[in-house]
Amino acid sequence: MNFDANIPGGPLDAKWDRHLADLRLVSPANKRKFHVIVVGSGLAGASAAASLAELGYRVSCFCFQDSPRRAHSIAAQGGINAAKNYQNDGDSAWRLFFDTIKGGDFRSREANVYRLAQVSANIIDQCVAQGVPFAREYGGMLANRSFGGAQVSRTFYARGQTGQQLLLGAYQALERMVGRGSITMYPRHEMLELVIVNGRARGIVARDLVSGEMESFVGDAVVLATGGYGNVFFLSTNAKGCNVTAAYRAYKQGAGFANPCFTQIHPTCIPVSGEYQSKLTLMSESLRNDGRVWVPKAPGDARASQNIPEPERDYYLERKYPAFGNLAPRDIASRAAKEACDDGRGVGPGGRGVYLDFASAIQRLGEPTIRDRYGNLFEMYERITGENPYRTPMRIYPAAHYTMGGLWVDYNLMSTLPGLHVVGEANFSDHGANRLGASALMQGLADGYFILPYTIGDYLAGARLEAVDASHASFRAAEQRATARLDRLLAIDGARSVDSFYKELGHVMWNECGMTRNREGLQRALRRIPEIRSEFWENVKVPGAAATLNQSLEKAGRVADFLEFGELVCLDALQREESCGGHFRTEFQTADGEALRDDAHFAHVAVWEYQGTDQAPVRHVEPLDFEFVKLATRSYK
Amino acid sequence: MRLTLKVWRQAGPADRGGFRTYQAHDVSEHMSFLEMLDVVNEDLLATAEEPIAFDHDCREGICGTCALMINGMPHGPKHATTTCQLHMRSFHDGDTITIEPWRARAFPVLRDLVVDRSSFDRIISAGGFVTAPTGSAQDANAILVPKDQSDLAMDAAACIGCGACVAACPNGSAMLFTAAKVVHLALLPQGQPERSRRVLAMVHQMDAEAFGGCTLFGECEAACPKEITIENIMRMNRDLMRATLRDRGDREAEALA
Ligand SMILES: Cc1cc2nc3c(=O)[nH]c(=O)nc-3n(C[C@H](O)[C@H](O)[C@H](O)COP(=O)(O)OP(=O)(O)OC[C@H]3O[C@@H](n4cnc5c(N)ncnc54)[C@H](O)[C@@H]3O)c2cc1C
Ligand code: FES
Repeated sequence: MNFDANIPGGPLDAKWDRHLADLRLVSPANKRKFHVIVVGSGLAGASAAASLAELGYRVSCFCFQDSPRRAHSIAAQGGINAAKNYQNDGDSAWRLFFDTIKGGDFRSREANVYRLAQVSANIIDQCVAQGVPFAREYGGMLANRSFGGAQVSRTFYARGQTGQQLLLGAYQALERMVGRGSITMYPRHEMLELVIVNGRARGIVARDLVSGEMESFVGDAVVLATGGYGNVFFLSTNAKGCNVTAAYRAYKQGAGFANPCFTQIHPTCIPVSGEYQSKLTLMSESLRNDGRVWVPKAPGDARASQNIPEPERDYYLERKYPAFGNLAPRDIASRAAKEACDDGRGVGPGGRGVYLDFASAIQRLGEPTIRDRYGNLFEMYERITGENPYRTPMRIYPAAHYTMGGLWVDYNLMSTLPGLHVVGEANFSDHGANRLGASALMQGLADGYFILPYTIGDYLAGARLEAVDASHASFRAAEQRATARLDRLLAIDGARSVDSFYKELGHVMWNECGMTRNREGLQRALRRIPEIRSEFWENVKVPGAAATLNQSLEKAGRVADFLEFGELVCLDALQREESCGGHFRTEFQTADGEALRDDAHFAHVAVWEYQGTDQAPVRHVEPLDFEFVKLATRSYK
Repeated sequence: MRLTLKVWRQAGPADRGGFRTYQAHDVSEHMSFLEMLDVVNEDLLATAEEPIAFDHDCREGICGTCALMINGMPHGPKHATTTCQLHMRSFHDGDTITIEPWRARAFPVLRDLVVDRSSFDRIISAGGFVTAPTGSAQDANAILVPKDQSDLAMDAAACIGCGACVAACPNGSAMLFTAAKVVHLALLPQGQPERSRRVLAMVHQMDAEAFGGCTLFGECEAACPKEITIENIMRMNRDLMRATLRDRGDREAEALA
């Protein structure tokens, strides 16, 4: 496997410009001869598809929802970072770069992250030009707010619907190119196989989710923008359809999978209310700007919140992390909440919750200001819980949210498979072991608008691709693999539902590989997951047929992949014998309970290579060189 | 609580379809409406019947995927709430609930409660954008937008494209959906250069799909989970009128010349 990250030489702030000058170009007349397949229509996929089409490439874009506008990016609430320094508070590309590297606990590539910070400003310009209605001040300028892990105000937002507005901007750009005939959109299509011809990614096999038909699509390059795998935990803040299938099938075809154990648990979600729970709802991190997190000081204190006097409350984030207080990074805030609940100081049913209290902010700023800032989030909270957060504090608890791990890519966003590019949450690139709030939207759009459109040209200009069509043996074989798998799922006709297995897997993942991990737990999980998987393949019941719209079959296929992939996550977590960011191994912590990194042995990216069914995958290593920042212990105290 | 559900079942676009009755037991008031259906579907697994197909994804009220007609109301009885955000505390023990797909000529049923809303994408594709190719933008703060105007644009932009407005409209009209996008962009400086051509193209596409005309019943506004107001339709009509007259004026001027 080739892990050359292709990082250009020279000073950090000159690398990208220099690389741009070196990249090969495809002439305007030749661009339309190339056909690029983009799988995914979230921020990363839609921005990439639109930009590539604008350049003149022919593009086919796929999503499993009924419209590209419904991709999971739509749900992002809080905002998007950019080093604009509009607030004059000393922000710069360097500072955003440094915050991101540090926030990621020094487990990401300097060059990639610096580039991300550099292009961040262009993203805001681009989105405003498209008509994205970002929040503004009375003078007509753009407004900013702060987010976790930063001491400057660099987050741009559109009420609590930033992801929606950014995605609609990208979606409209995409639809414009659909109207012009340069993008063909395939909604309600699910990619089930990646097709490799002579060592290069040349297409996909996708199932039409309405007719059930299996179809091959041939291209000159494939871009995966298929999002993250947070749903491996069953309960997460991700949309129900989010899955690992596209990325995992690419892994099975030889694409390296990087740092699968780097998963993020978000501290502010609405707690679980019952067995039937199907997903968890995020309450945007922006709430921590004005909300104060607390639990009672005494374990087992069952009084209602308003009956607990100030001196008997523990504002534990403010106490433990005075410099960042309630805006401590996500991994730290999540673990602190878990600790408080493990101490018996949790609140609400089952004791798995902490308060997020707006009383002092309402007193200071008045209810109208709070309503203006967070009105829709407060309404959402009330709709779900039946409680009014203007009167009583919110109850929140951490939930699986985001995945930093993903398919390995080089500086050009190309995977270990030539021709397969990966953008957005689906790649592993920029967030190391922990992502800062408002940085995923930034990365997805950086990849799609400003990086991939250049780097893919370099690949296409240099690759000598033979003419291939869907009758090629590799396409036939991939179609057969995909069809056989569905037929097998339908034929089992066992006694248990797909969801019952899925919940079981989620339970194991959350307990053994969630906010904290340790050797015994991970080993237990590695024994248990194969057992669940083998029972799944013997005893699952998938009703219906393959040749129709069949949501049970769709879900079964995704869960089957999670049942394999979950094992890879645990394996990666077991082998990374250190704590960093969202990966907290209880064996590796400092005296005061903070993550203890081991830079001597683990300052690297772990890249997994598939070896075949029931074979242990091979773990490769891409060392991380820190040329420009000094490795330091992350401190938010 | 215990509920009786009358659910529309239809095997495919060509099938006639009809209602089937199911019992839901042990429904907790904290469940969402879709979680209640999840439980019903788990129970159906023990029978020969296939689970009820329904569209959903985010379950947070933002993606616009979920789309159920509940007791004749798009997204059910609770104001400004999508189906996925509707909780069972809005119902009572012993209730009978009728569940149907969106009913509109422009939204053909694909299966059970799942409909085809691709007509919405085609309306956007016709003109619901600002032409701003990647890389061509100036500094963001070089475009000033007064806050109240920006807020109004955001109100319109909050549309999630679920189609409740069409389902609620006795004419099956897509005016509110189309107006929301037209107005969002017409209120911003960035939207000005294409303002006339946008409204003409989008309305033209809307008419080309099988949507009905708007006679200002106002049902759309009442059904919209994002509280998009009918004021947007007025604003769009004004733009449409102006664009149409200008368009005609241009053509007449051309004919004279
Ligand atoms: C509730 C919530 C709030 C968030 N808030 C913020 C925030 O405020 N700021 C921030 O920066 N980040 C936020 N994030 C994270 C951020 O939203 C995501 O990381 C980001 O949107 C991912 O974008 P994407 O384009 O990579 O993937 P997605 O938006 O997930 O899109 C994936 C696309 O791939 C398609 N797809 C997937 N699999 C297949 C397949 N097999 N075949 C065909 N198509 C497929 C899907 O249809 C979809 O179009 C939030 C996340 C959540 C869950
Ligand atoms: S499922 Fe997304 S709005 Fe209801």
